[in-house]
Amino acid sequence: MINNIIEVESLSKSFNISSKLPGLRGTLKHFFKRETKSVKVIKNITFEIKEGEIIGFLGANGAGKTTILKMLCGLIVPSEGSISISGYLPYRRKEDFLKKITLIMGQKQQLIWDLPPIESFYLNASIYDIDKFEAKKRIKRLSDMLEIKNELYIPVRKLSLGQRMKSELIAALIHKPKILFLDEPTLGLDINAQRNLREFLKSYNKETNATICLTSHYMKDITSLCKRVICVHDGSISYDGELEKLLKKLSPLKEVLIVCSSEKDANKLENSGFKVKSKIKNEITLKIENKNVSSSLRTILNNYDIEDLFINEPPIDEIIEKIIVKKKYTF
Amino acid sequence: MNKHKYLVVYTKFLHTSLASELEYKTNIIIDAITAMLSLVGSIFLLSIFFQNSGNIGGWEFEQALIIQGIYTVLNGITNTWFNPNLKEIVRHVREGTLDFVLLKPIDSQFFISFKKVAPSGFLEIILGVCLLFYCIKINQINISLNFLILSLITITCSICILYSLWFFISTTTIWFVKTWNATEVLRSFLYIGRFPMSSFSFYLRLFFSIIIPIAFITTIPSEVFLGLAKIWKIILEIFITWIFLITSRRFWLFALNYYSSASS
Repeated sequence: MINNIIEVESLSKSFNISSKLPGLRGTLKHFFKRETKSVKVIKNITFEIKEGEIIGFLGANGAGKTTILKMLCGLIVPSEGSISISGYLPYRRKEDFLKKITLIMGQKQQLIWDLPPIESFYLNASIYDIDKFEAKKRIKRLSDMLEIKNELYIPVRKLSLGQRMKSELIAALIHKPKILFLDEPTLGLDINAQRNLREFLKSYNKETNATICLTSHYMKDITSLCKRVICVHDGSISYDGELEKLLKKLSPLKEVLIVCSSEKDANKLENSGFKVKSKIKNEITLKIENKNVSSSLRTILNNYDIEDLFINEPPIDEIIEKIIVKKKYTF
Repeated sequence: MNKHKYLVVYTKFLHTSLASELEYKTNIIIDAITAMLSLVGSIFLLSIFFQNSGNIGGWEFEQALIIQGIYTVLNGITNTWFNPNLKEIVRHVREGTLDFVLLKPIDSQFFISFKKVAPSGFLEIILGVCLLFYCIKINQINISLNFLILSLITITCSICILYSLWFFISTTTIWFVKTWNATEVLRSFLYIGRFPMSSFSFYLRLFFSIIIPIAFITTIPSEVFLGLAKIWKIILEIFITWIFLITSRRFWLFALNYYSSASS
């Protein structure tokens, strides 16, 4: 049985947030008498994560994903509820706990700007009590996995965003963390760099059995890495479960494009009772319920003269958009 | 605390800081020239004050030069360590990169206080030490073991008080986010430390002894140099140093509970 590595129970967080009216009057009022109010940004959430799992946190901007991640790694003290990570209370930031985790933020960097990344790696190695020989071995291993070599000796300020992100990963993983918190790690990267990063995370997870908690606005990151997702809406969890199940629920229909051998066959099919999306000459697109796809296709192939056939999944982005907008999912 | 680890990490800090600074050679040369001109300017200003009356607050020009020497050493230390590191706290809090510091398995105060070193400040320290040696010569000060120990203790206390004050102000960044001006105000007050405390009125002396202890930072070590320091003053300086160090440390740990990190 796989143990829970992260246990979160009835977790809430409130922040004091000040607001300002527009214009000079609003500015002066804001300066002399600042009105602040307590806003509950995370509301009573409970979940568990098993060792080795890759979990995706989904939600709109400001939904509370990053706040959850920062509470999990111990940067923000919760207002209510409890978090246990590998038996530790994260916000106490004990040395042993910090050696088990890492945080990677796509929009922030820890590398020393004016020096080559290799200098930051050795500095991190000394902070994590890793001797030079072992550090060298780990840097070599990680740089091989990330396919980065000569760039490690070029000042960070001269590297491309993709190369910088790869270097950030090495700096963050040099101590072999067991839990990775990734906050939009592919932000701003081109498609190739995104794919490389995803492949790396997959193989890192497979090799080390590390647990990965990920937030991303690139849906490909979520679909290619995460089996399970936690949807956050307005500080609450609206869905926690398998991504596949969620996608099926939200997209109950498949689109089937059928190329008939003649327009006459296409017309016949159009009037046979199937739900038609579009028809152009001998090409007809049908919408078929997921559960009826096999039986419907069997009927069509047996009764009509078919040249070709394509089954299309609905675009994942559209489905995720539904997740972000809709409040609650019950299954 | 694993002392060996902290020593290794500090060696790395020194190495990376020097390597970063050496990337910009011209900047180092400009900083070095600025340090020299600043010292010459300060001595010139001091000599103007002493031109008409032979002494200020009972201090001769040659004696006041000791205060200038100690001030130059402290300013050099400020420019080498405090300024580059503690100003960074504001940037760390504003940009949310304090997250990386807090998640390292090392004391966050140590990391944030010593990560950077500005080598241009070394020259100022050397100039200050040279000036102090010159003062020892012109004031015919006898270098005894007692003198060396007391000088070392009082100057170390001065460095610690200065650090604690600076760190305390920088810590308020956790709540107020931007506190550049506060550290600048502190620096302005430190300029006052170039003059003997006895040259100020009673209330100013009180202010610079209790509220912002400039008096302890430069005047007491100078009195040790001249053999004028009273033992109770040195004990008081040690006590105040201890209070300042403990308070700034506790304040930092307390402030971290309120750190909300920057939004992504």
